[in-house]
Amino acid sequence: MDDLLREFLTETHESLDRVDAELVRFEQEPNNGDILGNIFRLVHTIKGTCGFLGLPRLGTLAHAAESLMGKFRDGAPVTTEAVTLVLSTIDRIKTILDEIEANQSEPAGDDGDLIEQLHRLMEHAAVRPRPAARVEAPAKPQPAPPAREEAKPPPAARDKPAAERTEDERGERRAGHSIRVHVDTLDQLMTTVSELVLTRNQLLEIVRRHDDSDFKIPLQRLSSVTAELQEGVMKTRMQPIGNAWQKLPRIVRDLSAELGKHIELEMHGAETELDRQVLELVKDPLTHLVRNCADHGLETSAERLAAGKMQKGTIRLSACHRGGHIIIEIADDGRGLDLERIRAKAIEHGFASEAEIAEKSEAEICNLIFVPGFSTASRVTSISGRGVGMDVVRANMEEIGGTVDLKSVTGGGTTFTIKIPLTLAIVSALIVEAGGERFAIPQLSVLELVRASAGGEHRIERIKDTPVLRLRNKLLPLVQLKETLQLGVSEGDDGFVVVTQVGSQVFGVVVDGVFHTEEIVIKPMSSKLRHIAAFSGTTILGDGAVIMIIDPNGVAQTLGRATPVAQAIKTELDASEDAFHEDLTPLLVFRAGSPQPKAVLLSLVSRLEEIDCRRIEVSDGHHLVQYRDQLMPLLRIDSQTGIKQDGAQPILVFSDHGRSMGLVVDEIVDIVEQRLDIEVASERPGVLGYAVVKGSATEIIDIGYFLPQAYADWFRRRDVLSVPLTRRILLVDDSAFFRDMLAPLIKAAGYQVVAVASAAQALAAVKSGARIDIVVTDVEMPDMDGFELAVALRENPGTAAIPIIALSAMVSAETIERGRVVGFHDFVAKFDRTGLIAAIKEQSDDLHQAA
Amino acid sequence: MQDDTDFTEFVTFTIAGQMFGLPIARVQDVFKPARITRVPLAGAEIAGVLNLRGRIVTAIDMRHRLEVKRREAGDALMAIGIEAKGESFGLLVDAVGEVLKLPEADREPNPINLDRKLAALSAGVYRLEGQLLVALDIDRVLDLRAEAAAAA
Repeated sequence: MDDLLREFLTETHESLDRVDAELVRFEQEPNNGDILGNIFRLVHTIKGTCGFLGLPRLGTLAHAAESLMGKFRDGAPVTTEAVTLVLSTIDRIKTILDEIEANQSEPAGDDGDLIEQLHRLMEHAAVRPRPAARVEAPAKPQPAPPAREEAKPPPAARDKPAAERTEDERGERRAGHSIRVHVDTLDQLMTTVSELVLTRNQLLEIVRRHDDSDFKIPLQRLSSVTAELQEGVMKTRMQPIGNAWQKLPRIVRDLSAELGKHIELEMHGAETELDRQVLELVKDPLTHLVRNCADHGLETSAERLAAGKMQKGTIRLSACHRGGHIIIEIADDGRGLDLERIRAKAIEHGFASEAEIAEKSEAEICNLIFVPGFSTASRVTSISGRGVGMDVVRANMEEIGGTVDLKSVTGGGTTFTIKIPLTLAIVSALIVEAGGERFAIPQLSVLELVRASAGGEHRIERIKDTPVLRLRNKLLPLVQLKETLQLGVSEGDDGFVVVTQVGSQVFGVVVDGVFHTEEIVIKPMSSKLRHIAAFSGTTILGDGAVIMIIDPNGVAQTLGRATPVAQAIKTELDASEDAFHEDLTPLLVFRAGSPQPKAVLLSLVSRLEEIDCRRIEVSDGHHLVQYRDQLMPLLRIDSQTGIKQDGAQPILVFSDHGRSMGLVVDEIVDIVEQRLDIEVASERPGVLGYAVVKGSATEIIDIGYFLPQAYADWFRRRDVLSVPLTRRILLVDDSAFFRDMLAPLIKAAGYQVVAVASAAQALAAVKSGARIDIVVTDVEMPDMDGFELAVALRENPGTAAIPIIALSAMVSAETIERGRVVGFHDFVAKFDRTGLIAAIKEQSDDLHQAA
Repeated sequence: MQDDTDFTEFVTFTIAGQMFGLPIARVQDVFKPARITRVPLAGAEIAGVLNLRGRIVTAIDMRHRLEVKRREAGDALMAIGIEAKGESFGLLVDAVGEVLKLPEADREPNPINLDRKLAALSAGVYRLEGQLLVALDIDRVLDLRAEAAAAA
């Protein structure tokens, strides 16, 4: 295509979008000269350029529109009829532009109809001598400001305005420093950065295998630079969601005219940014939902008045960021969903039997509207009955890893909540193994990891043939990944349960092993594999292998197949929803050595045993026992704990990767479930601290201290995930966004996280005696920055030894040097999540070696 | 001198003893496939996915595609890289031979008794000295879904 023509089309499309959004406002405030001026300029530019580019049809139409707009600009009153006509003209211009874009030439056709109407209106639109009110209107604001100034004189700001204004002006001029870049260039850049991330991951993988590599330091630097670059490129792809909303005011305006309803569209958070690829994909579903609200959601004016509501109905659109997701809400204050009609329709069309319907909760009934082929409108209107159904909306959202939820209050309105990831290109994923193959599960949908073993605290149970897991107060439906993917039958009930959330549904995915988390670059799946619902894409791992990315939505579908039981479980889940969020920790209380009770986290204990004392052997000063065909070392908590000479000796067995260790105790007292607040930290090795358990002060035992005594290499063989809940990380960041993003990430890697918003809070937390193993702090913070926090921690002998990992958006040689002086143990770029987990793991390992 | 358009250059390869050819213009590269990740729930023709210099390639087992005898462990294995509609595919074959420049005029229609499966994928046959070369229609080879639909 001709460069000139392309430029013309791009620019015209942009101005059209802008004008579209303003036109509606224009109708409400016909006196607004700015808007009028914009529309006039648009048609004027089109007219001028058309002559130059040889587009006579477009030129003639634009000319007629320009003449009418000229009249309005000169003060002719704007009628509703005129607005509608101008809108149709702009629509026609768009149609012609689209054809030009497609065929690179002007389509044949005649716009006589519009032109004639434009001329007719123009003749009638006599420019009246400006009425007094009209002249006064612009004059009014002038006397107003002094009055306002008198009312509340801004004392300190008095001398500021001049400085501010120049600042503003400079800012405006700076805004001019933008260039137009073709989207393909950005996409290409993103692809290249994705490759760079992969290569970086490969290098990290290699260095991880060689402990004392010279590459470590430069690689760390490369890693942070890569992360910065990745973030920068992602930023260039970010666009405000308002871009996807631009057409909506116009659509709502047209709809309210067509349906005879008074509708107001409120938009909040239009500046919320998201990846342009995601933006493109949400545009149509959003439009559909808004149409739906206008058409089905809102009542007619008469109905509203009869119901005692304001005549004007409101559709409220809002967007905000929440922990790596963007949340979009589309709410109306209309009649809400007609549950009776949905029920009737579902039965009529055979989506469910009467008995099934009777059992469904209101929320489930509401969700029926997302079932393919379901439409509640009794007649197909031209507005929302255009073949795009709610099922398509949901499918589109799920395709990009998002969810749609819906809440309806009869007579009060309907709210759709859409939750989508900020970007699709690079995500953090958990690498798991099932049936000998590796898979990636996007971290965004992972809530937590649970180790399940036959003798352990969490065990896989079965209701009929449906596997479930008891997790705290909940019953979690399970999906055996191996079986779902037809990679074999799961024998035995040992494995890891990846607790996953899709929409409001929580379920566990059972896998054979869990490796680590990795930033993966999502590559689209081959068209030959796209039909497989269980996968959402492919990726290349750090070691070069290609693996499939699990689609939690697709896996969740297999739950649906095992209905009645799954349904029953779901109901139970819903009922215990509240309990789920309470942070109860099961503890095993026992006595050993002293009368004071001791406790360990039950999740760490794999078995409670009583062994015959005669079977205990002593070899080289170590106590051993034959246990399940292996020699298991027995350890004592302290020298006071005696090993019985005869009878049965109770022991706690801790197992991992086929190896076990026994901890000798005097007696097992109880299993309790409660909030674990370690109130007093302990200096004694092997004791985490003290907590009140069932009314008595109890020592909380640190199993992490005993395991290496049994096998020196215990921790080296294990991945971070196998040291759950033993290390406590204090995360300091003034940005709620980063706290929300990083805290779950660190948790998912198997650590406890305490997140605070300032250095002062961090110091308070540390001084309160709460056990903190590692501090992860932002460098740039108001009041007291990361450097100052480090100095403060170092000054206090009690906290001087805590390793500090600094997070910074900018890692320069100077900051690293300054960090070294104040005592940062490690420096990680803020977006380098892999680097952060690696750094935490390293510090954590060092702590173990020191212990 | 004859016009070049009257000739087609074929990359030749063998599958279970039979010689095949693909127009060289459609062949991206020839490589030895390594570390193929199998894809659960995929069709039998899909051998898996693999990483070829940062590109993800979908490997199609041509023995399955042509319904000839299964590959056994230790059998020779080569892959022909194809780009189609922005995606990368690797056709798994037994061995890759030389490139032949064959006159368009020599191309003969499929013999009517040609194996039905093979006929569906063939764009014609060349009689070479000592053996026959079946020219494959790559678009039909890659059209896995049409086959499945027809079979259903």
